Amino acid sequence: MTETLGLTPSQTVGPYLTLGLLDTSPVTSFIVPADDPRAIVVRGRLLDGQGEPVPDGMIEFWQANDAGRYAHPADLREDVLLEDGFWGFGRSGTVDDGWYEIVTLKPGQVPGPDGRLQAPHIVVGVFARGLLKRLATRLYFPDEEEANAADPVLDGLGESERATLVAQAENGGLRFDVRLQGEGQTAFFLL
Amino acid sequence: MGPTSPSSTRAQDSDRGVDPPYYFEDYVGTRLRSPREPLIVIPQTLSEQTGPVFGDRRLGELDHDLTRQHAGEPLGERIIVSGRVLGSDGKPLREQLVEIWQANAAGRYAHTVDNHDAPLDPNFSGGGRCLTGDDGEYGFVTIKPGAYPWPNHPNAWRPNHIHFSVFGRAFTERLVTQMYFPGDPLFEFDPIFNSVRDERARERLISRFDLGLTKPDWALGYRFDIVVGGRDSTPFEEPHDD
Repeated sequence: MTETLGLTPSQTVGPYLTLGLLDTSPVTSFIVPADDPRAIVVRGRLLDGQGEPVPDGMIEFWQANDAGRYAHPADLREDVLLEDGFWGFGRSGTVDDGWYEIVTLKPGQVPGPDGRLQAPHIVVGVFARGLLKRLATRLYFPDEEEANAADPVLDGLGESERATLVAQAENGGLRFDVRLQGEGQTAFFLL
Repeated sequence: MGPTSPSSTRAQDSDRGVDPPYYFEDYVGTRLRSPREPLIVIPQTLSEQTGPVFGDRRLGELDHDLTRQHAGEPLGERIIVSGRVLGSDGKPLREQLVEIWQANAAGRYAHTVDNHDAPLDPNFSGGGRCLTGDDGEYGFVTIKPGAYPWPNHPNAWRPNHIHFSVFGRAFTERLVTQMYFPGDPLFEFDPIFNSVRDERARERLISRFDLGLTKPDWALGYRFDIVVGGRDSTPFEEPHDD
């Protein structure tokens, strides 16, 4: 019989997460260097149920490269190019009055559950004091209307929920706010 | 809800069978930060079944030793904290990034927002990281963190703890947690510890004193294994040892 171990429960990151996760971390907010011609700056605010900024949180991005390949052994599609040095992971604190900023590139399309391609998206993890476990959501791109309309995840959402997942073009980059609670709450996922 | 009626399945809360709820009344910080709309159940795609792989990414040589990051040694009780990062199937996870952070021996974080009236230690920053070895083993040298008050309720104190962050094999397995020390008298009063409702799951947050890990004439050893897994790896009936 296979041994099954009890999982370790989640606990909050608390207010001092910068000490372990940001200050001297090898994980940075640059998924690609700022001078990469493909670089996009994604900025946004983490907001609580009263619309107040959450200055003790962290946003993590996980994504495929621009060809749509994940730097992970479970992505077996050898025919989709994965360049050396692409990792696809970055994080930013929200210490600047709730603002985070991550420099990345627009990922390519990756397959969905039924073999259909998903619209380009970034998988987003949200952590903060007061969050006893991570929240998971996705960022979609505003210039991908057609792909977004055919996306198997967006497909199951209501209009207003869907709107919370599509970033907005702003100042040459993208704006993506995360609202934890209340009016316009971000759609969060059970994975 | 918009005009399109949503077809995805909804869930009141995400729970791998062991996690605290998003909203836990006794922990005041959850009140304005817990989502109130039901969670949307989405299919697991390649995006969720993958996650950052650290491989042989180099870390600082002393990143795992929080007592040697400054000119002098920090004050407090030197300890060794070690354990394994495992999948729920018992498989050791190698080359996992393990990140920790903690208060100093006096119960003060070296952080601008911590205004607890306890001394900072110029020789202690309180952050560390390491990669697991082939058998999933990690190890840190640090000092035992102090208890400290927090404004959650009158006379609220956090039990001694070290924050841990691990990634698992996929985005679904990402875990941030806290490690506690055996026999802490503050357990019964701490809403964060007690937000984990299952008693046996709660006990898995408590490290074990380990004489074998203890280094003679130098430091006590505490063992803390971390088991990661997504929702689909949750056993509803856990096997008992007894």
